[in-house]
Amino acid sequence: MDLEEAKSFTERCSQCAAVSWGLTDEGKYYCTSCHNVTDRSEEVVSTAVITNTKINSISRGLRKRSKHEKGWDWYVCEGFQCILYHQAEALKTLGVGAELKNEVLHNLWKRYLQKSKQAYCKNPVRTRGRKAKVLGDNLQSSDCASELELLSDTTLESGAEFQSDPQIPKPFPLVKASPKSEAADVCSGSVDGVEYSEWKEKGVLKMTVPRTLALCYLSLLWQRETITLSDLLRFVEEDRIPYVNAFQLFPEEMKVYGRDKGIFAVESWPDYEDIYKNMIEVAIFLDLPRFPDVTEDCYLHPNILCMKYLLELNLPEEMHSLTCQVVKMTGIGEVDFLTFDPIAKKKRTVKYDVQAVAVIVVVLKLLFLLDDKLEWSYSSLAEAYNEEHREDEPQFDFRKWYQVMKKTFDEKRQKWEEARAKYSWKTKRPIYRSHIDKSVMYKRREMVEHLQKQFSALVGSTPVAEKKDPSSFQFNWTEGDTGSPCFHGHSLQGLLRTKGQSLITKNSLYWLSTQKFCKSYCKHVTTYEESNFSLSYQFILSIFSFLLRIKTSILHEEVSLIEKKLFEKKYNESKKRSRPKKVRRH
Amino acid sequence: MSDFDEELTKLALAEDGKRETSVFSNPGMHFPWLQERIETVVTGGKKKRDFAQTTSACLSFIQEALLKHQWQQAAEYMHSYLQTLEDSDTYKRQNAPEVIWKLGSEILFYHPKSNVETFNNFADRMKNIGVLNYLKISLQHALYLIHHGKLEDANRNLSDAETWRYGEKSSSQEVLINLVQAYKGLLQYHTWSKKKTELSEIDKDDYAYTSETGNSGNQSCRTSTSICALLKTPGVWDPFVKSYVEMLEFCEDRDGAREILTNYAYDEKFPSNPNAHIYLYEFLKREKAPRAKLISVLKILHEIVPSHPLMLEFHTLLRKSDTEEHQKLGLSVLFEFLDFAGCTKNITAWKYLAKVNVSHLVWVEEEWMSRRSWWPTFHFSFFWAKSDWKADADLACEKAFVVGILLGKGCRYFRYIVKQDHETLKKKIKRMKKCVKKYSIVNPGVCT
Repeated sequence: MDLEEAKSFTERCSQCAAVSWGLTDEGKYYCTSCHNVTDRSEEVVSTAVITNTKINSISRGLRKRSKHEKGWDWYVCEGFQCILYHQAEALKTLGVGAELKNEVLHNLWKRYLQKSKQAYCKNPVRTRGRKAKVLGDNLQSSDCASELELLSDTTLESGAEFQSDPQIPKPFPLVKASPKSEAADVCSGSVDGVEYSEWKEKGVLKMTVPRTLALCYLSLLWQRETITLSDLLRFVEEDRIPYVNAFQLFPEEMKVYGRDKGIFAVESWPDYEDIYKNMIEVAIFLDLPRFPDVTEDCYLHPNILCMKYLLELNLPEEMHSLTCQVVKMTGIGEVDFLTFDPIAKKKRTVKYDVQAVAVIVVVLKLLFLLDDKLEWSYSSLAEAYNEEHREDEPQFDFRKWYQVMKKTFDEKRQKWEEARAKYSWKTKRPIYRSHIDKSVMYKRREMVEHLQKQFSALVGSTPVAEKKDPSSFQFNWTEGDTGSPCFHGHSLQGLLRTKGQSLITKNSLYWLSTQKFCKSYCKHVTTYEESNFSLSYQFILSIFSFLLRIKTSILHEEVSLIEKKLFEKKYNESKKRSRPKKVRRH
Repeated sequence: MSDFDEELTKLALAEDGKRETSVFSNPGMHFPWLQERIETVVTGGKKKRDFAQTTSACLSFIQEALLKHQWQQAAEYMHSYLQTLEDSDTYKRQNAPEVIWKLGSEILFYHPKSNVETFNNFADRMKNIGVLNYLKISLQHALYLIHHGKLEDANRNLSDAETWRYGEKSSSQEVLINLVQAYKGLLQYHTWSKKKTELSEIDKDDYAYTSETGNSGNQSCRTSTSICALLKTPGVWDPFVKSYVEMLEFCEDRDGAREILTNYAYDEKFPSNPNAHIYLYEFLKREKAPRAKLISVLKILHEIVPSHPLMLEFHTLLRKSDTEEHQKLGLSVLFEFLDFAGCTKNITAWKYLAKVNVSHLVWVEEEWMSRRSWWPTFHFSFFWAKSDWKADADLACEKAFVVGILLGKGCRYFRYIVKQDHETLKKKIKRMKKCVKKYSIVNPGVCT
């Protein structure tokens, strides 16, 4: 046995992960640390031309990049393009118009490549020395001219190109990677993966997987589609839109390993705040013009969204007139307020879904005060009334609603948690960091698959509950068979009284969710310390935020912001605890 | 980067052994919430990957399902939990096989659809993920097979584990190798003892007998090498010691057996183990060792387990002894024996106490002093008088006599028994009354 001879074999031992090989008398490798013998033989120093498969497989050992994995030469931005392509396809199957993919998203992507100077410009900044003009050669020269109107509503000629299979590698002038990547541990399946991961340039926003979602959302917003950000993220979590391990959709020939892992592998679901932040960043980076107006007939308008969420939360439809009042008084229904304008001074946009739900919270506070007392005494009144007037339209009973919602949401949350716990993060294509890990990773994958097969045999014939059709609604209260009563038709009669010609809420008190707003540089508006608030408020925030899959604190902040607008005077007057009397006209 | 990784891996591997022992050595305290805190601290407040979060949720779902014996659900979650084997966190990935083995073997042990074949399959797979678990899993696999009566398979398994090539990873696992060998020895003992019982049914003049005895001699030699190594490591090895000694004795290797037992009982590195002294005592008794030696062995046992049935034997040994010191010790052994709730109905103990030499009443009083406050309610309440009499009149009589001596004839227990009109015991009770009158250590009328 000769240790010297075995130095050329540098894969990890599948038993103990050590890299320390010796040669047996038969010329096979054995691990000097655990004595595991591989089925690989030593590479025969081929003097003659021997076409032996065994030798071939060994000579793939560790020499040059191209020998590890025979695949296409592809660039990182092509990877992202592929992901975007599949995301757009997924959105299309969810019912979004085809223009989103062919025009809007395509243009945004081109604009991104141009702004980040990766393509679509005369002198791509990263061609220095090695980088090819990605896609550049393939595009009509007219594109350069139309750069400035990229986002105009006119259909671009090249729109169709995006539709065509984007993964076919373009004939790049191949310049080999820098000598650094020759080292065994720094490698990537893509041509420029190593450089890309080390690429730091001021003013350039690097593409990431979360940012592909941000791009998707921007195009949805541009098209004023009926998908909110929380819907989008929920679809991602339900695996309807590729995001986690989106790289597995790459064609077989696009090998992903090494540094590509840091770029394409994602082991978390997208986070609302994170994507929201990314979206604004991307919009600013792309220097996008003002988005199409969000008017009253748009899905994203608070009046429409409030109606949607009232239905979703099993609340009386009558509350809609109150939410409209609040929207009007606070001015959050104004076109200028709602429309996203990245160029404007105040670079922000509205969290349409969170805001609409926050309006509902405010209305509930106006009606019931939510101080753990008044809502229950009103409930008793409503219950008594409903007992006496069985024939009439029932009055809204907060207690009953609470019981129904608590039960339903607890069950839903339980199911959600179980489904998350069963989520499978790993794909059939393991990504290894360096070549010596490769065989171990594949062996481990094989092992896991085998074990999974064994355990699924024990699970038996009950397959995972089949997926429901995608819907922006998560609950359906009007179906008679759910067993949960529907409150949509209940009246608010007991909670309002007439005063002259107008109707005002019986409850004349109100408490503010916060009086302190952070004025410093921290990004959050205020903090939410659960225990400071009434149990009803906590309950409502917890189920409402679960509906949107956001943190309760975000909803609380939004509620505070709306209150700030609603009681602006009071805020300005004093910092005392205010008791504004709200008179609302009907 | 990768060099650094590797170094870390090595460190983690090296520490693995240490960590295990330290974790298991103090099982008393653990704070699950602290663990969570620590995890967030380690990541520096960075958001935990959802992968880590969902897999840990999955783990708690499995644990819950196991607790509730929902094997089906547990298997379902296990299916997802297997992906921790591919965790990109090196530390977690290295711990995953052990966790998966423990959970998986538990599920497969109980799951209605599981059988020996699935278990074998699972064990064989798990053995080969990483080197550190090979021996442990092999051993547990063998135990599973033994449990299912597949002794031959188990033996083969242990042989495989024994001859497994482990290279430099061996030193930390020496105990495990010894255990594997010892279990193999135990299996050999099993076949040997089965043969022995078969032989005892055969005629001694038979040809088969002589050849078989020769064989069994061979066998015990092999076993000795298997078990011997383990017995040198400190620990509690009762079944191994017992069977090993039995085989040695059968081969007439008394010195060897004595050495093993003495070492097992007296080596200070071994944890205190009453059985070690019991085995030694039984061995010495079989050997007809001198009384002093027997007493010295039982003295230690008495310190560890004063309620052991052998204490009665100890008492008789001490009573037969000539020295006064031994006699006195014998009395306190008896009292201490009866201090235990499990021994209250032991008629022999009461009998011995009743037979205490009249001349030792001073010692009795001495022992009684510390028990005067609680023995009357513990042993001699009216309730006990009634139930003792009902269950075992003889016992009641013995107790009554003792209580008469200790508390005088006015005591309720005594009065109740004496009042009973029993034909066969009439004489005894009469004599008892007389004795009590004469020897009671209290003045009449003082007690309850």
